[in-house]
Amino acid sequence: MTRNRRTPFGSLWQEFNQVQDDFAKWFGRATAGVAGPQLTVWEDEHAVFAEADLPGIDPAKLEVTVAEGTQLTVQGERTPPEVAGAAWVRQERPFGKFARVVTLPALVDADKVEAKYENGVLRLTLPKHEAAKPRKITVQSA
Amino acid sequence: MSNLVREPAAAVPAEVAEERAVTVGPRVDVLETENEFLVLADVPGVKPEDVDVRFEKGELTVHGRRHAAREYETTNYHRVFAVAETVAADKITADLKNGVLTIRLPKTEAVKPKRIAVTG
Repeated sequence: MTRNRRTPFGSLWQEFNQVQDDFAKWFGRATAGVAGPQLTVWEDEHAVFAEADLPGIDPAKLEVTVAEGTQLTVQGERTPPEVAGAAWVRQERPFGKFARVVTLPALVDADKVEAKYENGVLRLTLPKHEAAKPRKITVQSA
Repeated sequence: MSNLVREPAAAVPAEVAEERAVTVGPRVDVLETENEFLVLADVPGVKPEDVDVRFEKGELTVHGRRHAAREYETTNYHRVFAVAETVAADKITADLKNGVLTIRLPKTEAVKPKRIAVTG
């Protein structure tokens, strides 16, 4: 069972933090809030792309849904490490359930969405629906 | 009890900071068992060949480089820890899976808790 412990004296760890951590934050440690990891979305002519940093997740438990071709939901849960007989010396990584909902910049074809989880990063490719692709319109002269 | 705390490490060397690159400190969890310390660091997007974990003169340096997909943009994860000599340096292992780096630092025999038999 892990337990919390303060180690003020004879601490075998001292850490000197060189750089400020301004990376994506998930949610407050004290509460099990359902805020989310940062979800970056961008697009090109043919598809919308989304990327989220989700280290240490079981991809089988990730839920990615596209509603009405415009709303993307990513939800899941990260469980804290369970190490038998261990005491916590430091705890910074967020755990618990998370969910992010974003409205996509274009209509996508939900049947053609590709999701890949690699090195702790979820990458989504959402091909645009035909109706959302740019169309050239010929101008007729009267 | 002797002072096992170390002096803080030197500032991040200039070579780490690069053009069009940002350096951040990864979030870590540190756990301690009877036999070892466990350091878990979130380094999403880093491949095993881009990880550099060193233990030198009582300092554990964790470094990982991440290349972003769409534009040229490098993120360096960098963090340094001062660790007391009671860690068996030659037995440190590091494993990267799903963007989480797990470093195990086994304690030397001398500091493991020992049960003392009482005669009487």
